[in-house]
Amino acid sequence: MKDKSKALLTSENIIFVVLLLLGLVLPTFTNAYRLSQYSYYYSMTILALSITLVWGYAGIFSFGQAAFMGLGAYIYGILSIAAGRDGFNIFALLIAVVIMMALGAALAYFMFYGGVNDVFVGLITMCFGIALQTFMGQTAGEEWQVLGVRLGGYNGLTGIPKISLFGFKLGDVAFYFFTFIILILVYAAIRYSKITNAGYSLTAIRENRSRSELFGFDVPKIQVIVFAISTGLAALAGVLYSVWGSYIAPDNLSMTQSTIPVVIVASGGRKNPTATVLFAILYYFLSGKLAASGSSLNYIILGAILIVVLLFIPEGLFSTLFSKMDKYILRRA
Amino acid sequence: MILVFRHLYLFLDSFSFLLLSALGLSIIYGMMGIINQAHGEFIMLGAYFTSLLSVALHIPFIISIFLGAILTGFLGLLLDRTIICRLYSRPLDSIVVTWGISLILSQGIRIILGNSVESISTPLGSFTIGNEKFSTYRMVLVAVAVITLMVVYYIFNHTEFGLKARATMQRSDIAKSLGVNTDKMYAATFFIGSFLAGLTGGLYSPTMMVVPTMGTSFNMQAFVTVIVGGSNPILGSFLSSALLGIVNSELSGWAGSFAGQIGLLIMAIIFIRICPLGVSGLVDRLKAVRR
Repeated sequence: MKDKSKALLTSENIIFVVLLLLGLVLPTFTNAYRLSQYSYYYSMTILALSITLVWGYAGIFSFGQAAFMGLGAYIYGILSIAAGRDGFNIFALLIAVVIMMALGAALAYFMFYGGVNDVFVGLITMCFGIALQTFMGQTAGEEWQVLGVRLGGYNGLTGIPKISLFGFKLGDVAFYFFTFIILILVYAAIRYSKITNAGYSLTAIRENRSRSELFGFDVPKIQVIVFAISTGLAALAGVLYSVWGSYIAPDNLSMTQSTIPVVIVASGGRKNPTATVLFAILYYFLSGKLAASGSSLNYIILGAILIVVLLFIPEGLFSTLFSKMDKYILRRA
Repeated sequence: MILVFRHLYLFLDSFSFLLLSALGLSIIYGMMGIINQAHGEFIMLGAYFTSLLSVALHIPFIISIFLGAILTGFLGLLLDRTIICRLYSRPLDSIVVTWGISLILSQGIRIILGNSVESISTPLGSFTIGNEKFSTYRMVLVAVAVITLMVVYYIFNHTEFGLKARATMQRSDIAKSLGVNTDKMYAATFFIGSFLAGLTGGLYSPTMMVVPTMGTSFNMQAFVTVIVGGSNPILGSFLSSALLGIVNSELSGWAGSFAGQIGLLIMAIIFIRICPLGVSGLVDRLKAVRR
């Protein structure tokens, strides 16, 4: 019993509990505007977690997460605007996630059953993203309507409605808790899945595909499933983002937008969801501050972080920090 | 007759574009297993160097292209020696790191040189067949693409360097134990790849706007060509440029350049599903069957 409690008392868990408590009490400290900024941070953190799952756990490198996110947001926007009823919007969210999971599964089927792996998955998802962005960019004309909703070209969809739960429209504070709870659920599911059989098979695939196959794992099937789930998570993040900002545009689908969460996951620690969450919130918090100063050096800093972390701390900043701290505490105890 | 020529012209145009944009990327991938995400940005640098040399310093256009390509090649060499050589055994990480490099390059150029430079007007004018005008320069580019391919083929198949480079590509450990300096081979390969990227940029600089983001307009086509081409850099990029050139030019002519791009992507995904090793893998299999 004592050993078990000690095993739970890692620096990773402590940090997580601190973050959880901070997140719960945050609404009493800040005003509504700042609070809604945090809803934005949380939805982008979910996007980053989708990459932790697919890249960190399963070793599949996807460069198209922003495209999946954006497409999910487009689907939600079209459905909710076309329906025009607040009560329907939560179903629009679910439908968007399910459609995107199906699409992710279809794309993954072509890739993984075709024997496409490693760098080529990155390239195909990237090409998918670029093609989708180009497509959405040229939909300005009248003829581009889905369910009577105009896609709007480079301006994108605007006026995307808020979500209602039980006949109650989610305002700033309620929406904050909505995203917060979803984030915690996604985080918990991803962390828990690591110690299930499914998680073990993902690790096996990541470490060595051909050996896992010889041990009887159906590698392409597992890859398709995990890719579909990750696509669904990205779409979920997109829906939350579009509800937060009430718009979605082709710019949100761009390669740079796909790269930021990759940077976050790689820098924080790609195999560790806690590190991802911590780094993501920190990153969006700081970049919100930086954006206020309007720095054109943003991308240069982003690129430099990426290079330095991958060259010198390949396991990621916070992952390494967690294990260092644990070792230090153990030695002292 | 004129109709046939128009189709041929569009095909050759898109064939040479695909071949030139993909060749450098494909050589680096085939030899080193590294996907250089900064490839498009190297092309952009080549275009910038060429435009600056020829507009600001009044160096003749052809020499500017060549100098620009050499400068880009040396920059690639520098990046290889400082950053990429640490990632030879981690190809997946190299995608992320080279993407970081591409961010720095395009934003750095934007900060240093502003949003665009004075462009060069397309040289050589045009020729007329029937009553339609065609650009002479585009046809020269086709010739240049074919010559470049032949030179690269010669280098890799008929020189001592090429022999050592191919040995390194097939079994680097055995090549090493036979006294080949594999690190040097990798560095030289990366130089050649970057040189070809710079050359492409220089050649296409008069035909498009020279802006910091122009790299991305090469990237997708180049990657798709490499995916379809497979592991043999020279044969693969030649055959897949030809194949994709037909798809791209016909679709673009029929439904606009956007349809051409989407067609390339769909073609690549389906093709890789049917034959995962690309065109060069298909050729290898056919050879094996014949024996």
